[in-house]
Amino acid sequence: MASALRLMLFAGLWLGLTFGGAHSGFAQTNPQLTPLLEKLDTRNFKQKADAVAAIAAIDDPMVVPLLKTLGAGDLYRRKSDGTYFRAIRKGSAFALHDLVSGDEVETLSKSAVERIIVNNSMRGQIDALLGSLTLRSADPKQRLSAAQSLLKERDPSGLNALEAAIEAEEQDHIRDVMIAARSAIVLYDTSAAQADRLEAVAALKARGGRSMMSLLSGAAGDQDPEVADAATAAAAAIDKELQFWALGQNVLYGLSLGSVLLLAAIGLAITFGVMGVINMAHGELVMLGAYTTFVVQDAIRSSAPHLFDYSLLIAAPLAFAIVGLVGIAIERGVVRFLYGRPLETLLATWGISLLLQQTVRSIFGPTNKEVGNPSWMTGGFELGYLTITYNRMWILVFALAVFAGLLLLLKKTAIGLQMRAVTQNRAMASDMGVRSGMVDAMTFGLGAGVAGLAGVALSQIDNVSPNLGQGYIVDSFMVVVFGGAGNLWGALAGAFTLGIANKFLEPFSGAVLAKVLVLVFIILFIQKRPRGLFPLKGRAVES
Amino acid sequence: MKSMKLMGAAIAGLVGYTGVMGTSLAQDTIKVGVLHSLSGTMAISETTLKDAMLMLIEEQNKKGGILGKQLEAVVVDPASDWPLFAEKARELIEVSKVDVVFGCWTSVSRKSVLPVFEELNSLLFYPVQYEGEESQRNVFYTGAAPNQQAIPAVDYLAEVEGVERWVLAGTDYVYPRTTNKILETYLKDSGVAEEDIMINYTPFGHSDWQTIVADIKAFGSAGKKTAVVSTINGDANVPFYKELANQGIAASDIPVVAFSVGEEELAGIDTGPLVGHLAAWNYFMSVDTPENAEFIKAWHAFIGDEGRVTNDPMEAHYIGFNMWVKAVEKAGTTAPDAVIDSIVGVAVPNLTGGYSAMMPNHHITKPVLIGEIQDDGQFATVFETPGLVVGDAWSDYLPDSKDLISDWRAPMSCGNFNTASGTCGGMQGQ
Repeated sequence: MASALRLMLFAGLWLGLTFGGAHSGFAQTNPQLTPLLEKLDTRNFKQKADAVAAIAAIDDPMVVPLLKTLGAGDLYRRKSDGTYFRAIRKGSAFALHDLVSGDEVETLSKSAVERIIVNNSMRGQIDALLGSLTLRSADPKQRLSAAQSLLKERDPSGLNALEAAIEAEEQDHIRDVMIAARSAIVLYDTSAAQADRLEAVAALKARGGRSMMSLLSGAAGDQDPEVADAATAAAAAIDKELQFWALGQNVLYGLSLGSVLLLAAIGLAITFGVMGVINMAHGELVMLGAYTTFVVQDAIRSSAPHLFDYSLLIAAPLAFAIVGLVGIAIERGVVRFLYGRPLETLLATWGISLLLQQTVRSIFGPTNKEVGNPSWMTGGFELGYLTITYNRMWILVFALAVFAGLLLLLKKTAIGLQMRAVTQNRAMASDMGVRSGMVDAMTFGLGAGVAGLAGVALSQIDNVSPNLGQGYIVDSFMVVVFGGAGNLWGALAGAFTLGIANKFLEPFSGAVLAKVLVLVFIILFIQKRPRGLFPLKGRAVES
Repeated sequence: MKSMKLMGAAIAGLVGYTGVMGTSLAQDTIKVGVLHSLSGTMAISETTLKDAMLMLIEEQNKKGGILGKQLEAVVVDPASDWPLFAEKARELIEVSKVDVVFGCWTSVSRKSVLPVFEELNSLLFYPVQYEGEESQRNVFYTGAAPNQQAIPAVDYLAEVEGVERWVLAGTDYVYPRTTNKILETYLKDSGVAEEDIMINYTPFGHSDWQTIVADIKAFGSAGKKTAVVSTINGDANVPFYKELANQGIAASDIPVVAFSVGEEELAGIDTGPLVGHLAAWNYFMSVDTPENAEFIKAWHAFIGDEGRVTNDPMEAHYIGFNMWVKAVEKAGTTAPDAVIDSIVGVAVPNLTGGYSAMMPNHHITKPVLIGEIQDDGQFATVFETPGLVVGDAWSDYLPDSKDLISDWRAPMSCGNFNTASGTCGGMQGQ
């Protein structure tokens, strides 16, 4: 009795030490693990995968962290003694952390450690193994991701663990995933009873969605004709439902493309639409906005990494101000001498665009610059069966906000009133005491600043390179001409119409032809209505 | 009127300038032309190659040059403008009197300079992977032909990842179209059904990938393992990968193997969400050989930036340049005809621990590496062909070219010899 108690005390003490983090190194490595660990260090992926499977079967506190680290690609072997660590890159060296405790052990140069590489199929295998090992974890998030990876990999060896976990699970949404995972395994297990497999088909069908459809259509070629028929029917039913959703998805894609077009075009709607200046450097102003974002992020990365998520909020006003100033400089330096001479303006601004491109290329280099997505713009969420990605959603919101802001500025402020007065009748506005030269500069600067804002947004979805602007200049003119020059609402309607039309054409005609068709449509439309969707009425038109 | 005069003066100035350049070059140097875009859309890829060439030339000069003469680089900027490539090539050969040219990136730029090199009988080393279906007497193709990149990549996916359904996605121009035609025939020959292949083309610089990624997702939900074989051109890849990641497609669901994404392209993105997507090349910066370590060290020292990466076309220039040096030393002269004769069979070390040899069809032997993208923007090699693969100028998988072979050695001296009819189709490829 007493000795048993003492033993328990010892065991408790040992456990406490193990999980308390005081334990370090591999002094207590399970003797079963040692030969398997040796096998991990090979270039033969088949052998490595076998070793991983064998390791997962051993009950040892090291197994889960080892597999996790391996799956994440952070597992390194110290060449001097062959022990494994989780290594984190520190400049050109690697900081080695103990696998179990996570304590930093030492920092070694790249040549002193060797990385254990995994490939895609091993990553899947490790996910599935970790899934069965962490199904009973105390953390619901971990349980959910475990169930999801089992559902994806449908590893039959996880079935027992799943059954037990389903019994114990208390949260409904996690249990649902677990049941789906069980159904998936049963469906693909040809030795299971037919009734069970048919039940699995029904369960998967009830869950619905793209991945369930994939699972079901995979079973459509099953040897058991009844199961095969049921699976085919279920997959077809889900497919039908999905097609309905696809319509909504297309509208969303169209809105998203429209918002990008709107952002790119809205600055032009002011310079070209309101002022009548053909600004071929508009795309490069957008590009400058994107580079401003890059510079801001670069500064944040090196000096205050914790602010990274706010980088866009800092970059937006800066881009507006900087690009706006560049715009004012272009207006004062070049464009103002060319009012009323559209051809010369076109050539001069095209020259400016080349100049800006090559300047940026000389300063920042010709290669793409890395602009990261803040965490709130990464990934997406599911709404019904619609996939909405955060970056596209926020860009849509941002585009509408910029539009509303501009509209307010033009309609409700003194400077807006002066801008409209000068564009409508310059002579009379001057007579009324409006300094028309200053107003011209401000208007052009405003258009440029808005282009800068567009650059901040576009840096999130496109390459930040000196060529960024070229891709958008034609689209922007298309939107403004189609929507009707001089009218912000026209730009809004034009952008969204073109966006949605493009996205509905794309599935049938392919991306290349869709673009061509949209262009042909605009040409025909302009023949019919030369002033666009929403023509500006009144005396200004005549001038 | 005044502006006309100005323009005239500017033109006169330019002409004078090139004239000066031509005459001031001393006769005791060997001139090496570098024909890569330093401005315009292709500057992003080609500027690096110009720098790599300058480094190789500088290093050769430190070793004493060739045939006792120093090398001199003549750099021109064809500005991503295809007709300008032909003009600049002519200028290099006729005005600057270069003995050899290293250059071009896109297939269309190569096609535009071909007649110039043929007419003026000069040498061009072309360092980029391309669609094949060409073999020209004056051109040496040091990048990969489709059988040195695309076909081994497809084999890898089918064998190791068990892929049964294929999306062939590319940018709409000659390289993806030809490569996809070859791959389609190859896949069908190996028993893949018509409905298991989806082919999709997008315009240059495509940035809105939402619909296409959704289509790929739908195509991939037929219960068979699906992969994307991407011939999407450089720049458009970044938004494509971002959209894949955002729509929740990981490499373990639908892997993407790309033929135009290298270390340089990845330098512009956060590769965290891309881990596991693949690329097929003949060289990766991460390859662990002494030659490569030395090359990277020299590159960093030359460019003065430890952060710069190396990539496959740079290795192709490294191989091509060394082959040319060896061939010139063997021939004892830089005369094009002598070099064309002496270079076939020349073998030089590549950076992946072996030797690459120039074949009679003016393509070279290379190992094929498949790598997975890592979170540090590098590739980890997961597969390497056991031996070297010989570049095949004319694909065996296209009905028009399967009977053609190329051998520029005497007595055949033909770039498109038809083995079925026993005739040579003409001087120029195609």
